Amino acid sequence: MLKTFSLGGIHPAENKLSASSAIQVLPIPETVSIPISQHIGAPATPVVKKNDEVKVGQLIAKSSGFVSANIHSSVSGTVFKVDDIMDASGFRKTSIIIKVDGDEWMETIDRSEDLVKEISAGKEEIIKKIAEAGIVGLGGATFPAHVKLSVPPGKTAEVLIINAVECEPYLTSDHRVMLEKGDEVLVGTQILMKALDVDRAIVGIENNKPDAIAHLTKLAGNYKGIEICPLKTQYPQGGEKQLISATIKREIPSGALPIEVGAVVQNVGTALAVYEAVQKNKPLFERVATITGKSLKNPSNWKFRIGTPVKDLIDAAGGLPEDTGKIVGGGPMMGKALTTVDVPLTKGSSGLLLLPREEAVRKESKPCIRCGKCVSVCPMGLEPFLLMVLADKKEYDRLENDAVMDCIECGSCSFTCPANRPLLDYIRLGKGKVGQIMRSRK
Amino acid sequence: MSIIVITILALCAIGVTAAIILFFVAQKFKVYEDPRIDEVEEALPAANCGGCGYPGCRGFAEALVKADNIDNFLCPVGGAPVMSHVGAILGHEVKAAEPTVAVVRCNGTCENRPKTNQYDGAPSCTIAASLYSGETGCQFGCLGLGECVDACNFDAMYMDKETGLPVIIEDKCVSCGACVKACPNNIIELRKKGPKSRRVFVSCVNKDKGAIAKKACDVACIGCGKCVKECPFDAITLENNLAYIDYNKCKLCRKCVIVCPTNAIHELNFPPRKEKPAEKPTTASVKPVAAPKAEVKAEEAPKIEPKANDDTTENK
Repeated sequence: MLKTFSLGGIHPAENKLSASSAIQVLPIPETVSIPISQHIGAPATPVVKKNDEVKVGQLIAKSSGFVSANIHSSVSGTVFKVDDIMDASGFRKTSIIIKVDGDEWMETIDRSEDLVKEISAGKEEIIKKIAEAGIVGLGGATFPAHVKLSVPPGKTAEVLIINAVECEPYLTSDHRVMLEKGDEVLVGTQILMKALDVDRAIVGIENNKPDAIAHLTKLAGNYKGIEICPLKTQYPQGGEKQLISATIKREIPSGALPIEVGAVVQNVGTALAVYEAVQKNKPLFERVATITGKSLKNPSNWKFRIGTPVKDLIDAAGGLPEDTGKIVGGGPMMGKALTTVDVPLTKGSSGLLLLPREEAVRKESKPCIRCGKCVSVCPMGLEPFLLMVLADKKEYDRLENDAVMDCIECGSCSFTCPANRPLLDYIRLGKGKVGQIMRSRK
Repeated sequence: MSIIVITILALCAIGVTAAIILFFVAQKFKVYEDPRIDEVEEALPAANCGGCGYPGCRGFAEALVKADNIDNFLCPVGGAPVMSHVGAILGHEVKAAEPTVAVVRCNGTCENRPKTNQYDGAPSCTIAASLYSGETGCQFGCLGLGECVDACNFDAMYMDKETGLPVIIEDKCVSCGACVKACPNNIIELRKKGPKSRRVFVSCVNKDKGAIAKKACDVACIGCGKCVKECPFDAITLENNLAYIDYNKCKLCRKCVIVCPTNAIHELNFPPRKEKPAEKPTTASVKPVAAPKAEVKAEEAPKIEPKANDDTTENK
């Protein structure tokens, strides 16, 4: 019996169309637009101005607080302008637009492909390097990685959990990273273990990726303290709290962080980025993303430079299919539809999904039939049908009492609702309002 | 027989004792309430709309009775007559407050502001606004999902299917401000009603730079500042690429309407302009399109008398 999390969950069609496609390198575009806010927290402050020459890996926007991240140039060339452009969030945000000229890297970056196993950096130095490299959680939430690694006083980390679940249907970028960069990921894991002072790490992988499980299990023998933990395929296992529940059977109290139960979770892509930052001095300016879709000619995985327009990725995969109804940034469950193909790919872009028209349109919402399916699938044990009504009626006190802030916005409720009710839309709205009220109280 | 007598006597005794106790309790715990509160409440319209900012008409009445000076209080439903009545009850003199009316500051019709994408999420402006910048290139304008109409308790608003924008029925609008609060993009504003309901306002809230605003919407304010220079009364200010007309300073001369290159400034309920002899061909060519609304009206009732025009109460 394989492990999984204790409460709720769904199993949508997996559709991992691009699982067997090796990672390819996306050509460098002519211009990149690098948003200064690609992470949760305060936007970075630009340190370059118009007409400045930049190299690959050069700092172009500086972290502006503890919860913030540095941004580096992904190309070499000239800063064309700093302007507000539409990004994947659907709002116009400040971005640094760079005209590409050649591909000249910073001298400090080690560009060789050799695996560096020896970890020479100490704990403090590792965290410092991770912060300098602007590494954020690459699973999609884009929470600055160094913040998670700085364990608050009075708490101790006992175990590091590497999130290699990739529970979103369609996406395969983490899967390919494990197969092609297995050693780097495991060295990255060891670096993270050293930073946290833990001697145990668990890599949670869903069993729909047997090749990755086999590959990493074979490699893990060479690394001390790393266990590979196969998990039953169940959405949303990639949620931090769900993954902790699945791997170490600990439940995080409402409103608390994973460190409360002694766990720190990092994505497998983050582990790779950490390896590159600490061992190779390479800041986070490229990552792997999946482009996929049932009508797409060539569903595949690509390593791209941050700031590349979405359009380039679509073109590389065979162009926009005729019947595209929606372009989703991210996976089908938690991703967000894009309004234009001109938006740049960012640190948080784990995939791009082109949905055919008939699958893209929402069905008509009907009255709630009180079947309770949303309650049974909610991985946080909430009552989505009730939260939706409360949010609609602006009953924020009751929303708070009913733990709306625990919602992880996985969308299982909306997915499962037979009446097609926009449950998550309203819950997210209520969550935003309650969050505002709670912050104003402090 | 004696049982009946005893019962009656016992009940009377209990009744009298209870009455005495209640009398003293009532004395002890008496709460004095100003009788004027009831009187004032009686005078208020009992709509309980909350437009005054207090919880219902009674809450407003309590606040009015407590206040030393009721100049800053206004019942938006009852307006000046109700306030002067209240003033009479409370013995205050009331200056006639200027009546206000809700104004929709967006003219991004389907024609003026082409859609760049299609929203099929939950039908709520607040949700749409929290998700992204909307179905058009303009991230400030009306989202067209009608949350303001739902918020209106007086049936004073409806969504125009053709333009996709809310329309305020001036006669019914009591200026309670519910729609203003409901709109996540702050498009609706309460503005002075003006003499004969004549008003001039900037029908745009786009703070983008001119080129971006213009690209998204044909009738956007591009922040060119021509109106600011033209205004003889310093009523217009330009902030964040957006002009704003201060209705307290505006003398309704309508010069700004003529100079606005994108027709973002609207005039309402004015009689049709007299065509001047073509001494300035540039402005003359602008004039016919100066007020897109006037054009629409012209189709409905071509060449109507100025008086009849005053009766047109719809306000975009």
